[in-house]
Amino acid sequence: MNKQSNFIEKEDVVVKFVGDSGDGMQLAGTLFSETAAIQQGLDLATFPDYPAEIRAPHNTIAGVSGFQIHVGKKKIETSGDAVDVLIAMNPASLKSNLKWVRPGATLIVDADSFDEAACAKAGYAVNPLTDDSLKGYQIIKAPVSSMARQAVKPLGLDVKSADKTRNIFTLGIVFHIFGWSLDYTKKYFESKFKKKPEMVEANKLVLEAGYSYADAIEALASPYHISKATLAPGRYRNITGNVATAWGFLAAAERSGRPLFLGSYPITPATDILIELAKHKSLAAKVFQAEDEIAGICSAIGASFTGSLSLTTTSGPGLSLKSEALGLAVMTELPLVIVDVQRGGPSTGLPTKSEQSDLMQALYGRNGEAPLVVIAASSPADCFDYAYMAAKIALEHMTPVILLTDGSLGNGSQLFRIPKVADLPTITPPIAKANDADYKPYKRNPETLARQWALPGTEGLRHRIGGLEKTNVDGNVSTDPANHQLMVNLRAEKVERVKNYIPEQEILGEKQGDLLIVSWGGTRGTTQAAVENLQAQGKKISLAHFNYIDPLPRNTHEVLSSFKNILVCELNSGQFVNYLRMKEPDFKYAQFNKVQGLPFTVSELEAKFNEML
Amino acid sequence: MSDFPNKTIERSSVELTKADFVSDQMVKWCPGCGSHAILSAVANVFPKIGYRKENFMMVSGIGCSSRFPYYVNSYGFHGIHGRAHAIASGVKIANPDLSVWIATGDGDSLAIGGNHFIHIIRRNLDVNIILFNNQIYGLTKGQYSPTTPMGKITKTSPQGTIEHPFNPGELVLGAQGTFFARVIDNNVKAMTDVMFEAARHDGTSIIEILQNCIIFADKTHDAITNKEVRDEVQLYLKNGEPMIFGKNRDKGIRLNGSHLEVVKLGENGITEKDLLVHDQYQQDPGIHLMLAKMAPPHFPIALGVIRSAMYPTYDDLVKDQISHAKENSKIKCVDDLLNSGETWEIE
Repeated sequence: MNKQSNFIEKEDVVVKFVGDSGDGMQLAGTLFSETAAIQQGLDLATFPDYPAEIRAPHNTIAGVSGFQIHVGKKKIETSGDAVDVLIAMNPASLKSNLKWVRPGATLIVDADSFDEAACAKAGYAVNPLTDDSLKGYQIIKAPVSSMARQAVKPLGLDVKSADKTRNIFTLGIVFHIFGWSLDYTKKYFESKFKKKPEMVEANKLVLEAGYSYADAIEALASPYHISKATLAPGRYRNITGNVATAWGFLAAAERSGRPLFLGSYPITPATDILIELAKHKSLAAKVFQAEDEIAGICSAIGASFTGSLSLTTTSGPGLSLKSEALGLAVMTELPLVIVDVQRGGPSTGLPTKSEQSDLMQALYGRNGEAPLVVIAASSPADCFDYAYMAAKIALEHMTPVILLTDGSLGNGSQLFRIPKVADLPTITPPIAKANDADYKPYKRNPETLARQWALPGTEGLRHRIGGLEKTNVDGNVSTDPANHQLMVNLRAEKVERVKNYIPEQEILGEKQGDLLIVSWGGTRGTTQAAVENLQAQGKKISLAHFNYIDPLPRNTHEVLSSFKNILVCELNSGQFVNYLRMKEPDFKYAQFNKVQGLPFTVSELEAKFNEML
Repeated sequence: MSDFPNKTIERSSVELTKADFVSDQMVKWCPGCGSHAILSAVANVFPKIGYRKENFMMVSGIGCSSRFPYYVNSYGFHGIHGRAHAIASGVKIANPDLSVWIATGDGDSLAIGGNHFIHIIRRNLDVNIILFNNQIYGLTKGQYSPTTPMGKITKTSPQGTIEHPFNPGELVLGAQGTFFARVIDNNVKAMTDVMFEAARHDGTSIIEILQNCIIFADKTHDAITNKEVRDEVQLYLKNGEPMIFGKNRDKGIRLNGSHLEVVKLGENGITEKDLLVHDQYQQDPGIHLMLAKMAPPHFPIALGVIRSAMYPTYDDLVKDQISHAKENSKIKCVDDLLNSGETWEIE
């Protein structure tokens, strides 16, 4: 253990590993997170920061890859605003990340990599380690490369292999700074490299070398200490939003007894859902990598007609391509879940960055009057819950449902309290019975207005549906004006009635007051943290964070009517606020928007809220 | 039943008739449209195939041909333009116990749906595609299609088209098609026969039907179907038999070096033994491609089953992977999955 005793007690700390893509930053970050959670009992959230290029040129800004981890004893809602400890493997990664670093933060740099050429490539005229430019930070200039090579020398490893352990040396330094034991990480090496004992040895030696180096130089005057978090009892794991989404659907398939079908086409940042579901054939998940986005959704519609829990996953540009088929799913009133892991747009936009700018597309991006259900997840872990709910609503109400997540949720991770499938709500699709003499394709349940699902192969239920308007009940092709009006109204009313089956909108804080913050989807971590901070200062501020967008929860009007001012915060130019202006026109809404491909920071939200109070 | 080697689709316990597959909807194609005969052939062949009537499923896209599902009493899905193959892919993968039939046209499959068309063929999904090729857009009233002959005057080509038409057979074989047949809409017997063959085939079966659009492209296939000439320009292929045609059955197809040629029996000592013998099951598509490309005036057009080669089907491979995974994976249910990998208990 760390021999120093003058620890600084911290509630939470943000650590970020940055380097060239290929420097092992994702691994260092993952190991740090697992150690924090499993060994130290902390809560956490993580966010990887990949370049769009797979292997951009060495030592360039374009090639910088990062992994940010926010750990703490308190409930961690976001991957963190500003970095407290930055580990930078080269000048380019330092340069491109310094803007995210808190003044006075700790910088750990590989001094060996700061040669003239690398500095010049990063755009530094002068080596930043040699002038005053990093004044105001606690900087640890560690000769990481040479010391890692030194550490593995007894094993006779070549320079290339030795250099692959540089990330582990920095991890050793970081563990010293936090006063954490190396046990968990060593065990990890033992199981990970079971078949390569020399790799186990090399990584252990380098980890210890990093730790000892920090100890020898007394790296920080005052190391950090974070006490164990108080988490609700249960079994936990770390999970990314995209994996949680995939698992939520698998759970819904099992609980509903409907086989899972995914038709999808790879697109950043949604591809990981496709990759994850493709792994689970043992759960009978049928995953079809289609030839394009349109085939993705159309195959899902076909599978839905036959009785599957059918899904298609995509991001903004893909949702555009799926628009016509979405209308077909609305018209045929089949269950279907479309996941849009939003990214920066329009067009190809910012594929690896996050935004909430597909809301209007999700609500209205179709020809004709084509209402469907839109819901949004709000944290990596609750992607599980909302994927499950999206499936439940689709199956029970016979409607397409769009589930909005975003790149930050999808790629970010969080601790997830593992549920038991049997404890999840039941899912009961309205499957028509064989030889039901009264079966009609568009006969509806009087409460939900859902039609019945007659599965091909079932005796006595042969029927035809399609994209042409049909008569209500009988389901014959019809252009009758009154029937069309009736069907338009019924489709809208069916979606509206989902209101009666979703939870009421919750308010964080007092049920009335001076200022209501409204946010939706992936911004909950930041808006909630900012609101809680101001509440702690005694300010009369509350938060209504929306997950159910269309229909809105049935008490929405009541929630909005209880506050003097309403501020709607979202990562677009004002799509939800304009939707509220249309749906709930009795109120005056102020708006706070940001469209930079970046999440809100808690501090900018607090500043805005204070302005309004 | 040996006719259907790998099929697991449930067979009907009672004998079915044409009447079992006629829907109660009024058929709204133009009088004289070739689609009526195609509908008749389908209603003929379904009972003959012998599956339970609930196990038939018709899927279509958009166009005159795509109204088909409404007129067949089966499970049916009328999709959107070009997407029938994508919809049918989901149907068949999700429920391989259905006999899936796609009704589509030259616009639907070869223009807007071209991507889905080539990919369903490449995957060899076990579905049957009836391609109504009338060389025109009928439902939108007479614009040229991807199969309209070069130079043809249509509403959107007032000076004649300047596009090279697709030969669907060539496209099918280029996409690694395992089954391709071609028939004419005025021959219900031949259509019924190739549809039966298509049903028997494990994999994607494409039946190109040379169809007449009486309103917008009347007599478009006249060079082949005209009573005056048809015997001289139609070659009905039969597996294992030499390729002979002509009113007097005196002409044949011979392979000369690397290309086909028309020869006259009895001339220059040519006998039946010199002719190509049709082998529809041949894996190598070389001869099949040459046959598919034959066209008047220098050749007859090849009709009947041109190719029917055995390859694994996508739907069978999906089944295999799932049963393999079920046997070998430790994850048997979602609770197993949720608790797999790195997890820990907090008291």
